[in-house]
Amino acid sequence: MIYDALIAPFLDFEFMRRALVAICALALGAAPIGVFLMLRRMSLVGDAMAHAILPGAAVGFLLSGLNLIAMTIGGLVAGFAVALLAGLVSRATELKEDASLATFYLVSLALGVTIVSLKGTNIDLLHVLFGDILGMDDSTLLVIAINATVTLLVMALIFRPLVIESVDPLFLRAVSRSGAIAHLGFLALVVINLVNGFHALGTLLAVGLMILPAAIARFWSRDLSLMIAIAVTSGMLSGYAGLVLSFQTRVPSGPAIILVAAIIYLASILFGRVGGILWRLFPGRHLEA
Amino acid sequence: MRCRVSNRLLLPLLLALFWKGVAGAEEPRPQERVPVVVSFSILRDFVQMVGGDQVELSALVGNNGDVHVYTPTPADAQNVAGAKLVVINGLGLEGWLPRLVQSAGSKATIVTASAGISRLESDGKIDPHGWQSVANAKIYVGNIRDALSAADPKQADAYRANAARYLAELDALDREVRETVARIPPARRKVISTHRAFSYFADAYGVTFITPLGVSTESEPSARDVAAIIRQVRAENIPAVFLENASDGRLISRIAAETGAKIGGTLYSDSLTGEKGEAPTYITMVRHNIKALTSALAD
Repeated sequence: MIYDALIAPFLDFEFMRRALVAICALALGAAPIGVFLMLRRMSLVGDAMAHAILPGAAVGFLLSGLNLIAMTIGGLVAGFAVALLAGLVSRATELKEDASLATFYLVSLALGVTIVSLKGTNIDLLHVLFGDILGMDDSTLLVIAINATVTLLVMALIFRPLVIESVDPLFLRAVSRSGAIAHLGFLALVVINLVNGFHALGTLLAVGLMILPAAIARFWSRDLSLMIAIAVTSGMLSGYAGLVLSFQTRVPSGPAIILVAAIIYLASILFGRVGGILWRLFPGRHLEA
Repeated sequence: MRCRVSNRLLLPLLLALFWKGVAGAEEPRPQERVPVVVSFSILRDFVQMVGGDQVELSALVGNNGDVHVYTPTPADAQNVAGAKLVVINGLGLEGWLPRLVQSAGSKATIVTASAGISRLESDGKIDPHGWQSVANAKIYVGNIRDALSAADPKQADAYRANAARYLAELDALDREVRETVARIPPARRKVISTHRAFSYFADAYGVTFITPLGVSTESEPSARDVAAIIRQVRAENIPAVFLENASDGRLISRIAAETGAKIGGTLYSDSLTGEKGEAPTYITMVRHNIKALTSALAD
């Protein structure tokens, strides 16, 4: 019975196995990024980026028609341009990073809509560009895996400066020049992960698996490394449980995975050891334990 | 003070304009074309065939566009405002259109081309893709002929003659489709397609279509739906799966890979292609679809 519900779907159907592998790889790359986004108070950047890539996708479409590779590359370029410009403006001026990003993404979105309507077609480009977790082909899986590998390697390289840069940028600016590299490298990782995620899995999953696990982890630990580990684990867990839910009920897979993550998030708000509501209401009892 | 001066200037100007307007209307204009707006490319083809040169035709959703999820532009509102006829499919296909007509302040007559076809449901919702059966397409053409004749009685004879010629072509097309399907062994007349657009085709010609997505291209499938399709393809030995011209093909490729079914190319459902494409007119679209079906389903 339990075997039928929890394991059999993955043994019987290859698309379920592929979906699970894709989710695990995505969680490995996206969850650590989400933790840093949360630290930098940039949790909404994912949604902004989904719109920022539109002009790139549109130019790709204009140049080579409904070609997924061209449109993805276009989206990457547009995403990079927005993220790097926003990052540079926030480093060079007084404007905070979220505000400058919001500005650039709105400009980018307006450009994208203009380009699409000048061409006169009305295919929903973003709809075409966004994939589905149940339709993983070999090349998409490979891209997600490479993406996760590159993300983890680069994160390892820039980890130290990135942590200091996120917590106390002025201090880092005073003692070292590596802040700028870490900052821009991190923004590049955000863009690569998001665009690949959109292409492979759709907006909801790409952004959701970046942000929700990070928010969950925040309630269980103050230690950064531990937070990253918890975020990755809860991302994978939501992926697995969401796929099972989508298999047993008729909830579409993307929303199912995010809903499971949301339930874990709610439980963490209540029971989380760090700042969870119950621990706040009854601090004495828990301190004894 | 300034206000009074401008009023004094404005009044004669308005009068003059008004006079010119009245005078202009009295002049007979030779061969005035009827402005017709259609919602999407297949209806454009029908109206073109019936109206010929007598209509000034524009389509809101062009070639390869997705009529289910269209967002109208100000230019569309302008087109609709100036139209005498707005030809729509109806059956809930153009959910965005009534608001457009209203907000454009259009006095156009709205012609529902699908009026009079027998409606089919798929998944409890009415399938709007009525034109996928050629017999229904003839009803569409008849409705368009009647509406054009009523809107422009002087040219009614021309419309009737054009329509009669086109209806004869559609009759021949209908026979052609039936003969072609008859050559496929009955047990192999089953396919998978990405989008529930073919229930009228299925009903008219006896080919079974199974779909992972809902009636509209917007909805997303659950793992349960996909698993059910894979089980069905394996159990019933369904020979082929088909992609469509406006959605992500990776899901259908996965189903094909997992079941060993053949990937059968593109079936056009909601839109025509440009001049150089595979389906620039309704008739070429039906021919393309039937050819794709037979080459995938024949042994």
